[in-house]
Amino acid sequence: MKTYASWKYLLLIAALVFGVIYAAPNLYGDDPSVQISLENGDPIPADLGDKVAASLKNANLTPIGSRIENQQWVVRLDTEEQQLRAADELKQDLGREYVVALNLASKTPGWLRAIGARPMNLGLDLRGGVHFLLEVDIDDVRKKAVDRIVTDVPALLRKEDIRYTGRHEDGNTAVLDFADSEHLEAASAAISKEFNEYQLTTLPDAPLSLQIKLSDKEAKRIVDFAVQQNLTTLRNRVNQLGVAEPLVQRQGTNRIVVQLPGVQDTTRVKDLLGATATLEYRAVADGDAETAAATGVVPAGTQLFYHRDTHQPILLKREVIAGGDNLVDASSTVDQDGGPAVSVTLDSGAAKRMFAFTEKNVGKPMAVLFKERQVVTNYNAKGEPIREHREVEDVISVASIRGVFGKRFQTTGLSSKEAHDLALLLKAGALAAPVDIVEERTVGPSLGADNIRKGFTAAALGLALVACFMIFYYRVFGLFAVSALLLNLLLLVAVLSLLQATLTMPGIAGVVLHMGIAVDANVLIYERIREELRNGSKPHSAIEAGYDRAFLTIADANVTVLIGTVVLFALGAGPVKGFAITLAIGILTSQFTAIVGSRALAQLCFAKRQLKDVPIW
Amino acid sequence: MKFFARVPKIDFMAQRKVGLAVSTVLTIAAILLVVFRGLNFGIDFTGGVLVEVSYPKSVELDKVRSDLAEAGYDRAVVQYFGASSVVLIRLPPAKSENSSQVSTHILDALHSADSQITLRRIDFVGPQIGEELFSAGGLALLFAFMGIAAYIMFRFEWKFSVGAIAALIHDALMVLGFLSVFQVEFDVTTLAAILALIGYSNNETIVIFDRIRENLIGERRSGILEVVNLSVNQTILRSVITHLTTLLVLTALFTFGGSTVHSFSVALIVGVIVATYSSIYVSTNLAVALGISREDLLPPAEKEIDGLP
Repeated sequence: MKTYASWKYLLLIAALVFGVIYAAPNLYGDDPSVQISLENGDPIPADLGDKVAASLKNANLTPIGSRIENQQWVVRLDTEEQQLRAADELKQDLGREYVVALNLASKTPGWLRAIGARPMNLGLDLRGGVHFLLEVDIDDVRKKAVDRIVTDVPALLRKEDIRYTGRHEDGNTAVLDFADSEHLEAASAAISKEFNEYQLTTLPDAPLSLQIKLSDKEAKRIVDFAVQQNLTTLRNRVNQLGVAEPLVQRQGTNRIVVQLPGVQDTTRVKDLLGATATLEYRAVADGDAETAAATGVVPAGTQLFYHRDTHQPILLKREVIAGGDNLVDASSTVDQDGGPAVSVTLDSGAAKRMFAFTEKNVGKPMAVLFKERQVVTNYNAKGEPIREHREVEDVISVASIRGVFGKRFQTTGLSSKEAHDLALLLKAGALAAPVDIVEERTVGPSLGADNIRKGFTAAALGLALVACFMIFYYRVFGLFAVSALLLNLLLLVAVLSLLQATLTMPGIAGVVLHMGIAVDANVLIYERIREELRNGSKPHSAIEAGYDRAFLTIADANVTVLIGTVVLFALGAGPVKGFAITLAIGILTSQFTAIVGSRALAQLCFAKRQLKDVPIW
Repeated sequence: MKFFARVPKIDFMAQRKVGLAVSTVLTIAAILLVVFRGLNFGIDFTGGVLVEVSYPKSVELDKVRSDLAEAGYDRAVVQYFGASSVVLIRLPPAKSENSSQVSTHILDALHSADSQITLRRIDFVGPQIGEELFSAGGLALLFAFMGIAAYIMFRFEWKFSVGAIAALIHDALMVLGFLSVFQVEFDVTTLAAILALIGYSNNETIVIFDRIRENLIGERRSGILEVVNLSVNQTILRSVITHLTTLLVLTALFTFGGSTVHSFSVALIVGVIVATYSSIYVSTNLAVALGISREDLLPPAEKEIDGLP
C-alpha cells in the first residue's frame, strides 16, 4: 500500500483545529446583558462608562462585565432579573438619545472573538421574534408627483402669462392644451427652464397638446426617495423599541424587511410601524423659554417644545409656515462656500407663505418641529389591551433667516453628519408614502425553543441511527465513516459560525438530511472495496482502488445536489435559504472529510499491516 | 460475517417494458391528481392568516370557535395542533385593506376570553407574496432541471440527459401525486424538499450511469442490456444502503422534528423510495430505449498525426 502524503494528514489536523476553534463559541452559552448604543448611530462617547457605572451603583447592581463590544456598550449581568432592573435604571438615567436594549451576550472569550469566532446566528423561527415585509405604495407616490405637475405647471404659466385652453390628467401624464403653437412653445420653454425634471412631448396627432410627465430618471428618484424616507422613519422607530439586533433593510424596488429578534408583542410593533410623522416650519417666538419651561406659563400665541438633541426648551409661534405635505424635496448638499447644507424645495402654496414670512423676518430664527403620532398599547389590570395615541413633538432644527426666499432654500452652518440627519428627518416627516404590511411572521419564544429542541433531538437521533448502522454494516470502516461524518458536522458548524449564516429550522432539516447523504460517499467507496475483494484483489489494492475509482462518481453526484441548492438559494425565501446554505456547505465539507478523512484513517490503521482480508464485512 | 458475498444477478432489464408502462401510467395518474384534486397549498402560497396559540390546559375547539365568532371571525378554521392545548386558527386571505390587523384582532379576542394564552406563531401572507412565490418556485424548478440536464450533457451524452431528466420529472410528480392524495400541506419547505429530492434522485441515476460507462468501455464483449444489468446489479447494494441511511435520518426528522418539517420529511421519504425505482426503470430504461451505444461514450479518437518520423 502506498504511503499517504503527509500534507494530507496535516490538512486534516488543520481542519480539525479550525473546526474546534470556530465551532467552540456555540458551546459557551450567553450572559443576560443590556446593550447600549446612541440612537443616531454615533460612536459611544468616552464618558458613557462612568455614567453606566454610576447608574448601576445607584441600583445596587454589580455587573459581570461592562465594556465596549462591537461599537456598543454591553453590560453583562448574572440573572435575568438583574438584567431587567439594570435596563430600567439605565433607560431612565441615560435619556432618550440612547437605545437601551435587552440582549444575550455570548460568553465566548475575548481571544476567540478576536479571531472572528462567534456563535451561529439563530433565525427568528428558532429564537422567536417578528418579521415584517412592508411594501411602499409606489402608485400613490407617482400619483402625488403627477398631481404636483398639475398644480405647479399651471401656476407657473399664469405667472409667466402664457394662456392654455385646457388641462387634464392621463395616467402618469398631465396634458395641457394650447390655442396655437406659439403659446405651446413659450410654455414649453418656460416649463423646461423652471422644472428640468419634467419630460415634455407633443404627439403628432395632437400638435397643440403638451404632454408633461416625469422623466424616467426622476420617476425612479422619486420612488427611491419614498422608500429611503420610509427606511429612515422605520429605523428611528425601531430604535425606540429597544431591540438588540434589529434589521431594517430594503428589498427589491419598493419593499422593506423589518426583523426584530426576541420581540413578541406584534401589536405594539405594528402600531409603531404604522405611526405617522409630519413636520412644521414655524417661527421662533421671542420670550424666555427657560422661564416658561420652569414655570409652565407659556406666553400667549406660543407653544413650548424641546430640542431633540440638546433638550433645550424653545418657544415657537403657533402659526405654521409650511407643513410636511408642502415639502417637495429635501436633500443634503453643499452651499456656495462648500460647507454642508440641507436644500429644501416647497410647493407653490407654501412658497408664497414662506416668501411673505421671510420678507419680514430676516435675521430672526425659524425652527422645524417634528411631530409623530404613535399608537401605544398598554395592558390594564385585567390584562386587556388599551390603545392610546401619543404625540411626540421635537424641534429638530433652529436656524436664522439670512435672506428672503420662497420655493427653494438651504439650511447651512451644519456639520456634514447633521446635514445628512436633518435631510433624512425632513424626508421622514414629509409626504410619507403609505406603507402596507404584506407579510408577517411572528414566532413566540416557546415555539422557538420547541423548534430548537426538536431539531436537535432529530439531528442527534439521526446521527445515532446512521452511526449504529454504519458500524454494524462496515465494521472498522464504518467507524472511519462515522469519524469522518463527525468531523464533517464539526466543520459545518464552524463554517456556518464563521460566515455568520443564519441557522433556521429548515436549516437543521438540511443538516439532518445531509447526514444521510454524506455517508453515501463512504458507502460508494466501501461497496467498491468489497467488489474489488470479490473480484480477487489483494486487500491493500482493493482499498486503494475503492477510493480512487469512487472519487469521480462522488463528485458527479454531489455537483447535481449542489445545483439544486444553488437554485434554492436564489429562490431565497427566508428560512429556506438556511436549508440551502447548510446543505451546500455540508456537501462541500463532506467531499473533503468522507474521502480524505476516512482514507487517512484507513491508511493509519492498515498501511503498515499485513492483511489477509479487509475488515469491511 | 459477510453480507452479500456475491454481487446479485437479477435481470432487471427483463422487466423494462413493464417498468416503462407502469411509470407512464403512474406519471399520468399523478398529473391528473395534481390537476384535478390539486395540492393542499399552505399559507405561503395562498396568502391568509394563521395564528397558533397555546392554552395552559386542554381547550374545547367549540369554545375557541365561539370566542372567535363573537369577534366576527366565524369563517375561521380552528383545529388542534399537536396537542389539545395548542390551537391553530386559519383565515383565508381577506380583501379588506388592513388584513395585517386581523391577527391582532384575533389575539385580542382570544386574550379577553382567556388571559392565560400564549402566542406561539402568527403568519400573515399577503396574496401578492403568495403569487410571487408560485412563479419563483416554478422558475426554481425549471432552472434546477435545466442546470442538471446541462451538467449531464456535459459529463455524459444527450440520451443519458433525457433519461435523467425524465426520472427527475417522474420523481417530482410522484411526490406531488402522493401529497395530493393525502392532502399533505404544501408550503415553501415542501418546495425545498422537492428541489433537494431532484438533486438526490439524480445522484442515484448518475451512480448507475457512471458504472454503465465504465462497463461499456471495459466489457467490450457484452451487449448493451447485459452491461446495463451488470451495472445495476453492481450498484444496487450501494443504492439500498444509501437509501437506508437517508431514510433513517428522515424518519428521525419526521418523528421528532415537529410540525415545521413534517411535510418536508414526508415529501423526501416518498421521494427517496421512488428514486430507487426510477433510477433503474425510468432514467436507465429510457437511456437504453433511446439507444445508448458504446461509441457514444468513448473518448473521441485522437486524430492520427501525419508525417510521423
